[in-house]
Amino acid sequence: MPKYVLMFVGDDQEWESQPKADREKNYGRIMAWWDDLVKSGVVKGGEELKPQRTATTVRRVNGAMKVTDGPFVESKESVGGFAMIEVEDLDKAIAVAKSWPGGDVEVRPIVDHSAG
Amino acid sequence: MAAVFHEEAGRLTAALVKRLGDFDLAEECVQDALVAALEHWPRSGIPENPGAWLMTTAHRRGIDRLRRETRYREKVAQLEETPMTQASSLPDERLELIFTCCHPALAREAQLALTLRSVAGLTTAEIARAFLQAEATVAQRLVRAKRKIVDAKIPFRVPEAHELPERLGEVLAVLYLMFNEGYLATGSRGVADRDLATEAEWLTGLLAQLMPDEPEVLGLLALMRFNLARADARFDSGGDIVLLRDQDRSKWDRAKIDATFALVGRYVRMRRPGPYQLQAVIAGAHADAKSWETTRWNEIVRSYDVLLGFSDTPVVRLNRAIALWHVEGPAAALAEVDDLADDLGTYHLFHATRGELLRALGRPDDARAADERALELTGNPGERALLERRLASPR
Repeated sequence: MPKYVLMFVGDDQEWESQPKADREKNYGRIMAWWDDLVKSGVVKGGEELKPQRTATTVRRVNGAMKVTDGPFVESKESVGGFAMIEVEDLDKAIAVAKSWPGGDVEVRPIVDHSAG
Repeated sequence: MAAVFHEEAGRLTAALVKRLGDFDLAEECVQDALVAALEHWPRSGIPENPGAWLMTTAHRRGIDRLRRETRYREKVAQLEETPMTQASSLPDERLELIFTCCHPALAREAQLALTLRSVAGLTTAEIARAFLQAEATVAQRLVRAKRKIVDAKIPFRVPEAHELPERLGEVLAVLYLMFNEGYLATGSRGVADRDLATEAEWLTGLLAQLMPDEPEVLGLLALMRFNLARADARFDSGGDIVLLRDQDRSKWDRAKIDATFALVGRYVRMRRPGPYQLQAVIAGAHADAKSWETTRWNEIVRSYDVLLGFSDTPVVRLNRAIALWHVEGPAAALAEVDDLADDLGTYHLFHATRGELLRALGRPDDARAADERALELTGNPGERALLERRLASPR
């Protein structure tokens, strides 16, 4: 069965600035979503990422690797987490993405190296 | 022979895509079969069951092509699972094909091109000509779309019941855009060899055959047919646009209008109204009127009110205001139109409508200014000519 990575996109500042009670409620919804889908075997793994401000980018500049502070692309919204899922096809992956209780989701198929 | 190709190309492509999971290969085989038919049929006559002949040929070409591939065994097995000699008894899988081509994960332009290519059987060159685009651009778009279908595993199937309304809406949006692209452009680009409006009507007719119980499909089909029935009156002998109000109604295709009312009757009885059905009812009220003045404007305004319940957009409100003009007068209509200024300030028809209303209210200078603004905002040659004529005419 094909695998997809769901990338959860959001605004770090918005997420961090919400009142504690709201944040806990939102975390609760996300955890429930996660637990359900792990149990049903759809989610095979994934993580939440620390905010964009913690990012370090290593760039290849004229053949040398240069370390810089910040994300690869600076933007208000960024990937804040990801989940690897295994479902039949893109329609099923989209259905899972639609059920995500957070913000936007980018769906990307992963390359299956076993299929020659 | 053209009619046979039109009907069979999509059917063949659908069947082969289903079995091979490969758009490119399926299309190549179908092209091979059509070319073979072009060579044989003029000499030997059209076979009794042309669909079966084409399917058998496409199938044989598919196996030939696969033999040349390294991993052909697996795919040949897929093809041989279903013997295609009884092609005419194969299920029609064009509905699956339509939903795949109009999948929301594909860009709108790709949906349009892919549907015309795979379901209607147009060549890449024909699609490019219809959209006035470079053939390489269209080819590239098709390649990328087909690659995404394979890479992201867009499924080849009719969506499940709970996703059907949304997905059908997507298909109808693609077909309506295709229709408008052709309908609005006629005249300015001459008669193309494969007219997009007619293709869109054909595809919607096919969809109505495949999904006979979906009233919105019938609604869109009726909307297209009412418009096409008036097509001959839309341009004068010089190729200039003639507005509905000024059209020679004897040039309208009465038989087509009457047949379309039968279609309206069919969906009205289903009692599941929707935006396309309502727009067709409005188009029908125009098609039915003896003159602009005797049009049933009250009924049209009421239909717009219901339509607003489904899709409350500034453009629908603008069209409603035009109908309101003939019920409550130009002052009432202008007040409604002016409320839309923030939303439609850059839309040429907003200004053109204001121009007409201001002229009706005896404010020629304001009307002129509005027409000039409209002219600045449109690039469509037919519409430009119309506005220029209006500006040049004595007050």
